Amino acid sequence: MIKFKLNGSDVSVDGPEDTPLLWAIRDDLGLTGTKFGCGVGQCGACTVHVGGRATRSCITPISAIAGAEITTIEGLDPAGAHPVQEAWRDLQVPQCGYCQSGQIMQAASLLKDYPSPTDEDIDAVMGGSLCRCMTYIRIRKAIKQAAIAMRSAKTGETSNG
Amino acid sequence: MGRLERIAAEQDRALASATGLSRRGFLSAGVGGALLFGFARQARATQVFPAGAPLPPEQFEPTIWCSVGSDGEVNVNIIRAEMGQHVGTALARIIADEMEADWDKVKITHVDTDPKWGMMVTGGSWSVWQTWDVFRQAGAAARTVLVEEAAKILGVTPDKCVARNGVVTAGDRSLGYGDIVGQARPTRSFTPDELTKLPLKPASERRMVGKDVKALDIPAKIDGTAMYGIDAKIDGMVYGRPKMPPTRYGSKVVSVDDVEAKKVPGYLRYIVLDDPSDTVPGWVVVLASSYPAAIRATDKLKVEWTPGKTAHVSEKDIQDHARGLIADKGVGVMVVNDQGVDDAFSKASTVFERTYTCASVMHYQLEPMNALARLNDGVWEIHCGNQWQSLFLPVIEKALGVASGKVRMMTYMLGGGFGRRLNGDYAVPAALASKALGGKPVKLILTRSDDMMFDSIRSPSVQTLRVAMTGKDTFHGMQHHAAAGWPTQVMAAVAMAKGVDGKPYDQFAIAGADHWYDCGPLRVRAISNDLANDTFRPGWLRSVSAGWTSWALEAFWDELAHETGKDPVALRLSMLNGEGPDGRNKGEAPDSNGGALRQAAVLKRLAEKAGWGQPLPKDTGLGVATTFGQERGMPTWTAGAARVHVDRATGLVTCEKLWLVLDAGTIVDPGGALAQTEGGALWGLSMALCEGSEIVDGTCKDRNLDTYTPLRIASVPEMDVEFIESTEKPMGLGEPGVTVVGAAVANAIFNAVGVRLRHQPIRPEDVLAALKNKSAA
Repeated sequence: MIKFKLNGSDVSVDGPEDTPLLWAIRDDLGLTGTKFGCGVGQCGACTVHVGGRATRSCITPISAIAGAEITTIEGLDPAGAHPVQEAWRDLQVPQCGYCQSGQIMQAASLLKDYPSPTDEDIDAVMGGSLCRCMTYIRIRKAIKQAAIAMRSAKTGETSNG
Repeated sequence: MGRLERIAAEQDRALASATGLSRRGFLSAGVGGALLFGFARQARATQVFPAGAPLPPEQFEPTIWCSVGSDGEVNVNIIRAEMGQHVGTALARIIADEMEADWDKVKITHVDTDPKWGMMVTGGSWSVWQTWDVFRQAGAAARTVLVEEAAKILGVTPDKCVARNGVVTAGDRSLGYGDIVGQARPTRSFTPDELTKLPLKPASERRMVGKDVKALDIPAKIDGTAMYGIDAKIDGMVYGRPKMPPTRYGSKVVSVDDVEAKKVPGYLRYIVLDDPSDTVPGWVVVLASSYPAAIRATDKLKVEWTPGKTAHVSEKDIQDHARGLIADKGVGVMVVNDQGVDDAFSKASTVFERTYTCASVMHYQLEPMNALARLNDGVWEIHCGNQWQSLFLPVIEKALGVASGKVRMMTYMLGGGFGRRLNGDYAVPAALASKALGGKPVKLILTRSDDMMFDSIRSPSVQTLRVAMTGKDTFHGMQHHAAAGWPTQVMAAVAMAKGVDGKPYDQFAIAGADHWYDCGPLRVRAISNDLANDTFRPGWLRSVSAGWTSWALEAFWDELAHETGKDPVALRLSMLNGEGPDGRNKGEAPDSNGGALRQAAVLKRLAEKAGWGQPLPKDTGLGVATTFGQERGMPTWTAGAARVHVDRATGLVTCEKLWLVLDAGTIVDPGGALAQTEGGALWGLSMALCEGSEIVDGTCKDRNLDTYTPLRIASVPEMDVEFIESTEKPMGLGEPGVTVVGAAVANAIFNAVGVRLRHQPIRPEDVLAALKNKSAA
């Protein structure tokens, strides 16, 4: 039995220690917003936050996250209104949507590290998240818009500087 | 389990807020029924399945396509798959506009299969084009009745009434649509003949079509609540993963040893599938109580097969075979064969000929193939995302050995379609595994490596193009010969078109070659590559043949222009004159009004925008191409330009900017149209530079992203997309963006560094080799 926190709640999962966190979240804990894409940590669809860091849940065994705080797309914001989600909605980023939970979790993590990301920062951090519909143009725009919103929320500034 | 219940409670709150705050997030049958499957308390799921949203007390349903409730809500039934096009939104806008509905009260239902819907297929960029007239008529029917009934209630004649925004007004009195339905309880329905006679609004009266709108499917794709096939769950289901045979066809199971598999906790059993439909011959399915256990047990299961005859076929074998077929004048089907073409070639002083090839391309739709099957009340239910339900229901029925009507597909969102889910082969093993368990629910998921091994790839292709010339100025005729695997022949032979010689051919393996240029008598010959068809199951892949025929055709014109000292844009414009044999390039109402002249117009506009003819930095080139989308009968006039930089030291090609100008007639949903075009163009770029597999020992060598490398964010160029304003009938936009980019990139590389690359994808090593050859020459 492995215990951890999922979106703020204490949970526990039974199963072999090498069970990927992805399947524990999706099948044992019933949160299906986190997606299975490549299974080898190279597409980013399964991205969740472990202790606030973007992590590929498909290659993370549950034994590695005992006691950790896990956040999934369902828990990123109680109302689904994280600035990244707001920007995604405003700019109509998703097409098929299958990768977008992972893209959003990765972008939210990126903005913690780089509050004013350059294009190079975005390329470097988001390069691991594949979007097969190729919504990349809007992903880039939405990250920049979310960055502005987060900075102005923090400082009260209203310009886009 | 208190903790689990807390999570469930949180989810319930999230659901309540999603459905309470905005109906926009609520796709009633597709997600409303399915959404609850994903919750920890699965008992509730079975309770609500398969009901959609609760119905209001009174419903007025003038056609099967929409209903108006006494609560004022308008429901629109969508039979097309949602795979990223926001298709429900675009289609609902058409009906809502014509019926003068209040958009805030419109919801969409992605329906499950039922014979009443007719052909259910989503592909070919057809959805808006196919639905445009049907939905306008359905909207007009609703509006007509609501106005008539309102007039009666208000004691006026219908001509004194105005319908707007879900309200009928006469003078200073008005009635909402819901009130009209509640009071008058209209029941009138319409025959197809009556529908076609209803007056439709003129373009100037459109209030939603062509206006920006937020897509109804997007909110659920941002908060994790969107339900894809892979998210479907049913109480008591078990998980399955296939053990894949070495060849797509003809493998036979010799022995199975599950001694090691039995050591995996959760392993249940294996099933050697018995498949009368021959869709998945030689498959073994491993069942387990969890999916990770199914993955592990499948790895441990030892299966010995006698492989099929294609076990050692290579990509080179297939392409060599294609070359042999093209050289054989007696094979293939004449798609176009104008009188005088042989004469033109026999009299020509010069024949200009080039051959172009494309590698196998894989779908890599991000949601791996999966399906959940069970027997419920005598009907087999298949829960999955699918693009061509009407094609695969009979296949599944055959596999299960049940009568027509005994299989139903339940609708979910698709984690990518791109044509892969037109081929519903993945539903068959789930159904057969469930049958082996007496109808118990089985959720079969392919791992990515399974998915890629089982992909229904875009066939590798070989094309030879020729023009008959006198000197350098006069073209007397043209030939275009194309050999590839034929998806439609393999999976939907009855849907094949007939050539001018009366023989059936796969229009999705040649469309694009039947162009709108006036270049004298034309021969277009489509050839089925039987070795390809035997080795793998050729698939329809985004923009189908126009993704590769256009690349050859548009690279060919470019080469010919340079060869004959002409400007590539001017050469094309001179042939896009609306003339040609049989007057066929003039176009026909309503789909191709204006014909080739509209293609010329987008090319001219593109040349202006992209700065054609302007000087560029060293090793940088601009290339152009133009197409008519993906089929002649539904032309989306498209022109594209690519600016690339070539690094002579590494051979690396960087696409710096793409321009596209499209005339797709009326644009229904501008935001969706732009998104589809952006995505399509980047697919074109990805296939031009990044994507290509190779058949090795009968299957594609790539199994995951370690070796298969679609375009990522860092390689995305700047993009400028323009739609020509038009009130012509809307065409499609899911695929045209793909069609121009391959040739534009190849032509730009030539303009940058003077080398011609005639194979896609264009890899750095190909560029280096070409540069080396050039300097040696």
